[in-house]
Parts: sequence; structure tokens; C-alpha cells
Amino acid sequence: MGETRRMGQLRRPTSDDIFVIQSGIFASAIIVVLVLTGYVLVSGSVPVWSKFGRGFLTGTTWSPVKEVFGALPYILGTIVTSLIAIAIGVPLSIGVAIFLSEMAPHAIRAAGSGVLGGLIRTMLRILSSGIELLAAVPSVIYGLWGLFVFRFWVLDYVETPLSKYLGSVPVFSGTPFGLDILTAGLILAIMIIPTVSAISREVMTAVPLAQREAAYSIGATRWEVIRISVLGYARSGIFGAAILGLGRAVGETMAVTMVIGNAIGAQAIPSSLFRPGQTMSSLIANEFNEADPTSLHPAALIGVGLVLFMFAITINVLAQLLVWRVLKIKSGSVE
Amino acid sequence: MQRRPGISRTIFIIALVVVAAVSGVTGYLVNGFLHPPAAGETLNGAGATFPYPFLSAVANNYSRIHPNIQVNYQAIGSGAGIKALGAKTVDFAASDAPLSAAQIAALPAAALHIPETIGAVVVAYNLSGILTGLNLNSTTIARIFQGNITMWNDPRIQALNPSLTLPAQQILVVHRSDGSGTTFVFSGYLNTAATGVWVLGQATSIAWPVGIGAFGNQGVAGPLLGTHYTIGYVELAYALTNSAMTYGFVRNHDNTTFVKPSLANVTYAAQNATAAPVTLPEGNQSWASVNLLNAKGLESYPIVSFTYLLVYRELSIVPGMTLDKAKALVDFLWFVVHNGQAQASPLAYVPLPAGTVAIDERSVESITFNGQTLPT
Repeated sequence: MGETRRMGQLRRPTSDDIFVIQSGIFASAIIVVLVLTGYVLVSGSVPVWSKFGRGFLTGTTWSPVKEVFGALPYILGTIVTSLIAIAIGVPLSIGVAIFLSEMAPHAIRAAGSGVLGGLIRTMLRILSSGIELLAAVPSVIYGLWGLFVFRFWVLDYVETPLSKYLGSVPVFSGTPFGLDILTAGLILAIMIIPTVSAISREVMTAVPLAQREAAYSIGATRWEVIRISVLGYARSGIFGAAILGLGRAVGETMAVTMVIGNAIGAQAIPSSLFRPGQTMSSLIANEFNEADPTSLHPAALIGVGLVLFMFAITINVLAQLLVWRVLKIKSGSVE
Repeated sequence: MQRRPGISRTIFIIALVVVAAVSGVTGYLVNGFLHPPAAGETLNGAGATFPYPFLSAVANNYSRIHPNIQVNYQAIGSGAGIKALGAKTVDFAASDAPLSAAQIAALPAAALHIPETIGAVVVAYNLSGILTGLNLNSTTIARIFQGNITMWNDPRIQALNPSLTLPAQQILVVHRSDGSGTTFVFSGYLNTAATGVWVLGQATSIAWPVGIGAFGNQGVAGPLLGTHYTIGYVELAYALTNSAMTYGFVRNHDNTTFVKPSLANVTYAAQNATAAPVTLPEGNQSWASVNLLNAKGLESYPIVSFTYLLVYRELSIVPGMTLDKAKALVDFLWFVVHNGQAQASPLAYVPLPAGTVAIDERSVESITFNGQTLPT
């Protein structure tokens, strides 16, 4: 730190060195955990891959009685619920982020110094941190709320009308019950809003002021400034935020298990939004406890876990690369 | 910044020592406060969720009488419990299903089956205007849960209930989504009694062709209570303790009447299922073929099952087992089989018949530590 080391010169390790080594060990422990997790998942699922091969990924039968396992319905269930979450959650989150990064600071400044101004300022600050507080709500609470409250709203105000007027469209077919793919997707949308909006806000705040000033100087309206200089500049960062949200949606377990209806086998293929489905994580949560350790059942569930692990890692690496790209702009380096 | 490694290292070490000392003292105090020191033993068990309320009540009472012995039971599921027993990380396990031949072979040593209590499964429904007492038989239940009967006013349900006006509504099946002993018992009944109709086999997880899967008894009870035209299955205790829940009477084995699920009728069924000419195996034999399903007798409720404790016959195989701990374990098992039975009924579990208690006594007495029998 600030010292130049001359070639060939040895020196006593300082406390800084020890600290660096210590932190290095702690940091690399994370990689070790990741590698070990991968190893356990692969070695635990070997019997399933050797028996079913690629058929494990394309099969639709899931029968612990007959020991036949195919994970396709749950892979599809994970993809469909996560996409619903992204489709609904990301636009909302971007709106929240625009408000918090572009509108709220102006409003706080413009609020004036009176009692009313102070009140507005406080409310805006509470709003700003409230969004992040959503992320602190445990997912099982979302699940309980989903099961006892939210599903009836979805059933009465979304699914029943849709089913009545658009019931002939395949994705809206079937009798809605409120415990299905759509409810799971909507709960996930709510759950990813804090993650996506918090990161989007950071990325938007990172857009250099000069960008905005340039747009204002040629007579752009506020919306044009946001659209061209903020959203345009922060594009890849927002995309990264969306993918991090996707990562959360893909791995979410308890809330989904409580509202998705937990169908099994070919029944779980998400052919309609109003049908009960199953995701990879909900399947594992459902069946792992009682899976007979002498059968193929645990290996099949670990195999599903491996697929999920791969999904999550790919998504997060992708997101991290995109977010880094934006933050590099902020720190001044040329893109 | 000016660096003074000597001082910062000293501060660092002092800080470490202080942190270590403070946390050590705090830990000691907290630990001492929560667990007063006693020259005691902790017995660890794991397994089925179904007997958890019973086992934890019994364990609690046991520790009150023997304050130096703590029983720690974790309801992690039968499968996980059997696995933990095999890995020798617990002193005993609990399972709703008896061990299969493959499971017995996978254990490192011979284990004893000790039936601890009896449970039953109830077919519950939500039909506006129809109270408890819809008549059902095994083939009708099988057809409903397989999706062969889809309407409540199906002639096959109507034929069993001539006096009721059944609604022309779709049946909504609610089943357990989590692997469970309840599903094992329920599918076992249909497998035994509805032969030729039920094709889904017997297991803790079933490949259900219809319906909504819900997590746990509570998860099934939620949609059942909240939505009309649903049908599902829950443990007896849930039906008996939840006054809002309506449930069906099931045709008995003799085909003479429809039996109400009640503690008395389950007790009667268990007595009939274990009475002569049936001979139950000894604890060290296989129980794989034992079931209490579809017992003979007028008032025998047909969907009934044992739930088992599993323990090694020679305890020295468990790491950390001492003579004192082995004595404590045997004493606890004896307590469950005797005094524990009195606590079953208030919790809506059914006490063991006398003949089964006698088998359990012999099993507990046969447990050894390093070849030495233990006082019970």
C-alpha cells in the first residue's frame, strides 16, 4: 500500500499482509463452496443421468412409484413463471427507479422549507427506503400472504374476468382456482421489484450529469431527457438488473410452492396460465424430505437441483457482466 | 497514510482477544442460562412429521420426570430420518412406513421396528349444504382422486348417498404436494381396497393426474375450508380439531356400513387388524407387509396406520453412544410405549393395542450395548 517494493528485497510481513492473506482465504472460500456445491450436485445425480441420459431433461413422467423421472414440466414451469415475473415486474421497477432517481430528488429540493415541504421530503425518503424494505420480507411471508389473501384477488379480479371473456384462448383455458402459474408469476413479480428497482436506480444515478444537461440544453422535455440520456445510457445496466431479478425468480422456492398448485408429471406442463404448475425449486422443496433414500427419487431431485444451479449461475454471470459494464462507465474509463 | 505496523498489530491482537473473551463469556452465560449444567444425556431423533406432535409431547413429559435427559426430535420427514439413522447421526428415527427390504439392506446394522402410535387419514370436502357424513367407498375415492369421476353429482357418488342432493359441480381435488406419510397411508388404502381401480400405486409422493397440490396438512386444509366443491385428505387430528371441516364416512371392509372417522373407530380397527389370526412380527423382523388398512369389523375405520420408531438393536454402532446414553434411550423408548400411550388420545392419536405393546416391550428389552442388555 503505497510502498514500492524493490526487486529481490524481502521484508517482514506486516499486519496489512496478514490482513490481505486472511481476506484472500475468506474470499476464496466462496469459490470453494460453489465448486463443492457443483460437485455434490453432479455426483448425487449420476444415477439419474446414467439411467435416463438426456431423456431426464425431455421426459414428462415423474413417478416415484415406477421410478421414472423426467424434469421437462418443471424446467418449463420455472421458465414460464420467471418470464411472467420479468414481464410484469421489470416495467414497474423501471418506473419506480425513474421516480426515485429522476423525480424524487427534484421534488425534495423543490418541496420548500415549510412544514408541508418537510412532510413531503420525509414521505419521499420513506418511499425510497420502503422499496428496499420489500426485499427484507422473508419469502415465506409472501407465500402465506399469497395463499390466504392474494390468490383470492387474482381469482376474483384477474382470472375470472379473463376466463369469462378470453376463455377460448388456449393460455386462458381451464377453470381458474387461484393457485396456478399466473398467481405464482405475479407473486414473483412483486418479489423481484425491490432488487430490480434498487439496482436500476443505482445505474440511473450513475449516468453523468453532463448527459442530462446536454439533453436539456437542446430543449428536451423531462421525459425526453429520461428516455434518451438516462434510459439510453443506463440500458445495459437496467438489463443486468432485470436479469438479476430473473435470477431471484428462478430460484425462489417457498412463496412459489405455496401458490403454484404443485401439479406433477405431464399435468404440470404450463399449457395455460390457469393450471396448477410446478417449478424446479418447488418440486425439490416438496419431495426431498420423504424421498426414499434407497430409490432413484433423491438422485432425480438432485438432478433437478443441478439443472436449477446451472440456470441460476448462467443468469447471474450474465447479469454481473452487464452491470459491471455500466459501473465502469461511471468510474471514468472509456467503454 | 503513515503506517505503524507494530502498534496496529498489537491493537489487532488485543481486539481479537477482547472479542474472543467477550463472546466466550457471553456464550457461557447464555448457554448456562438456557441449559443449566447437568450431568445429563441428549437423545437425538429425526424422521416423520406425522407423529411429531405426539413425540414432542411425550418427550417433553419424559424430560420433566428425568430432568437430566433431553430428547431432541427433528421432524425432517421419514425418508430423511431413515437416511440419518443409516448415517448414524441420530440415536433413533421415526417413519410412517415400515422399512422396505432395500432400506433394511442399506442400513449398516439390524434395526428394530417399534410401533409408537396409530394414525388415520380422513377424506375431507367442502360442499355447501352438505355436512360431515357423505358416504364414500374405496373405488369411488380412487376414481375421484384419479380424475375418473369429475362431477359431484356423478351417479356413482349419488348411489352411495341416495338421500342427498349433490351439486352439478366439478370436483376439485386437493392433494399433498410434499412427500408425506399421510399420502403413503392414503394411497396404501386405495391400493389395498380398490384393487383394479387404483393404478397409481403406494408411495409418499404420487404422480397425481388431477388436482391442486398443497404443502402439508395445513396447506390442504386451507383450500378445503376456503373453496367450495373441493375434496382432499388430511390426518385425523386435523379433521377432529377443526370444527369447520366436513369429512366423509368410509365403507367398512365387511361392506355393511359407512364408518365415521373417530378415535373409537380407529382404535377398534387397530384392535381388529392386529387380533388373531393375524400375528404381528417381532421388532427385529420385517414389518414391510404389516398394515392396519381395511380391517374387518362393523365399526372399523379403514384408513389406519402404525407409525414406527426405528432404533439399532446393538447401540454401540452409533458414534458417541455410551452405556449411560444407551440406558437413557432404552428408558425413553419404554416410556413412549407405556406412559406415552396415555398422551395419544388428547392429541387425536390412537393408543397401541395391548398385543402391540407386548411386542414393543420385547423389542425394547432386546436392545443391547456392547452385547450387554440394558435395564428397562
